Amino acid sequence: MRPAPRSSALWLSSGLLLALLYLLPHSAGLFAWLFPEVERPLYTQDSFASLVLAHLLLVLASSLIAVLGGVTAGLLVSRPAGREFRPLLDSVLAISQALPPVAVLAIAAPLIGFGEWPALIALVLYGLLPVTQGTLAGLASVPDSVLDVARGLGMGRWRILWQVELPLAAPVLLAGVRTSVVINIGTAAIASTVGARTLGLPIIVGLSGFNTAYVLQGALLVALLAIVADQCFDWLARRLSPHVGAEH
Amino acid sequence: MRLHSRVRLLLVLLSLAAALGLPLLTYAPNRLLTGQGIALLDLLHSGSGLRWLALLPALPLLLAPWWRPGMLRERLVYLAALWLGAALWWLAGSEATLRAGDEDALARVSFGGGFWLLQLLLLLQLAEALQVLAGGLPRRVLLLLLAQLPLLWLLLTGRLDSLSLLREYHNNQDTFDAALLRHVQLVLFSVLPALLLGGALGVWAYRSARFARLLFPVLNVLQTIPSIALFGLLIGPLAWLGRQLPGLGIAGVGLAPALLALSLYALLPVVRGTLAGLQQVPPAVREAARGMGMTPWQIMLRVETPLALPVFLSGLRITSVQAVGLAAVAALIGAGGFGAIMFQGLSASALDQVLLGVLPVLLLALLVDVLFRLLISRLKGADDHA
Repeated sequence: MRPAPRSSALWLSSGLLLALLYLLPHSAGLFAWLFPEVERPLYTQDSFASLVLAHLLLVLASSLIAVLGGVTAGLLVSRPAGREFRPLLDSVLAISQALPPVAVLAIAAPLIGFGEWPALIALVLYGLLPVTQGTLAGLASVPDSVLDVARGLGMGRWRILWQVELPLAAPVLLAGVRTSVVINIGTAAIASTVGARTLGLPIIVGLSGFNTAYVLQGALLVALLAIVADQCFDWLARRLSPHVGAEH
Repeated sequence: MRLHSRVRLLLVLLSLAAALGLPLLTYAPNRLLTGQGIALLDLLHSGSGLRWLALLPALPLLLAPWWRPGMLRERLVYLAALWLGAALWWLAGSEATLRAGDEDALARVSFGGGFWLLQLLLLLQLAEALQVLAGGLPRRVLLLLLAQLPLLWLLLTGRLDSLSLLREYHNNQDTFDAALLRHVQLVLFSVLPALLLGGALGVWAYRSARFARLLFPVLNVLQTIPSIALFGLLIGPLAWLGRQLPGLGIAGVGLAPALLALSLYALLPVVRGTLAGLQQVPPAVREAARGMGMTPWQIMLRVETPLALPVFLSGLRITSVQAVGLAAVAALIGAGGFGAIMFQGLSASALDQVLLGVLPVLLLALLVDVLFRLLISRLKGADDHA
């Protein structure tokens, strides 16, 4: 008997996030009690909901571009026509694997200017890496025998790609997208240091103004947002391959 | 002529685009103003004939796509890419001496986007050549390091001293040295505890599947929480603890929370590596060891540990490279390190100061990565020969 996909963690974390978003604007008293030394206990410069939206928008936009680019690159070098580019892509991946996301952000900002753009570019660049790796690993995990059977059935190259390779590669590919999105949620928060309006803002403002209450409010929301996103992918992964256990 | 290598053609086309389309250097009246671009061609017009000569090795690189494949082609590409990389540094240094050579000159010459892109493309040319020239990781690393010798010579003889990046370095030498020490401390003292604790947890998880089912969700959630949020979440509780237990040096910001958060991050990859390493030890080997009369301790020390070591070290490699990058973020909560230089440069929008913080982080991350890869390949090589 197959156990039903458990999604309680997803419901719990998203419920917590929504509750926090609803309750935070009314919690000035609580934070005043927790941090008596702080003059303004509640971050009110922006509404938390608008910050969450802006944060999500930045992550979604960058992840979308990264997924399109990463999957395309992975597909191209795994076709016969692009195979000779594989070592080159491997070198690029090996180098960029050692690059910390914050470094990419710091270099992009002064070159492009402050604001949302350097954040978007850094997030796309950094998001590309796990997606490309996931695509390559996913395609490599498709057994040759399956491809032979598909060819024997007279399927064309495009049909094999769409109906055999991509569906079989999907779980590993999805794991790459998951890593990419979760890392980008964190990097987007750090992007507040280069002027992007995200959930990192209360944290940065709080850190520079010694206001621990602001820091806590921003940190709670960022942490929950990342956990909810991760759980969404977990749920999606279970739907795609219910017979495979949770990844360690 | 027949096109032999489309990869090389792509690299050459990208290099040409970078060399002609992007500024190689930038020139600014002072360190805070945005610089004006200086193109490669401008540099060649203004300087002596020596500059043309320095770029001569570009010719074999341009022709390489149509060359017949073979050792000769790769050797030439290696030498040409090595020479060109150094030539670009030398060009930048000499232009900086021309425009901002005075000791107290305010003018700054820094790198443009074209410089970094060209260096990256040359590095990829080197890597492509090394795939043919050198089998095995150690030789590849050695040849890549050899290719950096000209740069080292330029640095040591002071030929790059007028560049804005080097000026920033000389102005902040004490801060830089302190940041280096602190950064290494942050990485070492977060990875080491994680190594001990993570190793123990990994062994426990291997022995007890029930414990593993409890442990991994917790570690996964920890790893999912973004670094900046974890640093933020720890400030409150640690500050409270510091007030309750004065005299222990616990505080909400500074070294302690940074080390704690970094160690927590380092745990998951270490535990995962330990467990995966132990799981891939073949049961037959363990069976044979028991049959030889080894005690469980002997099996652990002399059979399981050596066999699990390569996989374990892969986990440790990921952990350590990750820690180098995360330690930079720890500067936000006052832990120091290269991140402090970087964020300071960001808030002053002084690009070269940002670079002074970022470049060492990149180099440190690459160094740690390569060292672990070498160690792992050595262990695996020893296995293959045995």
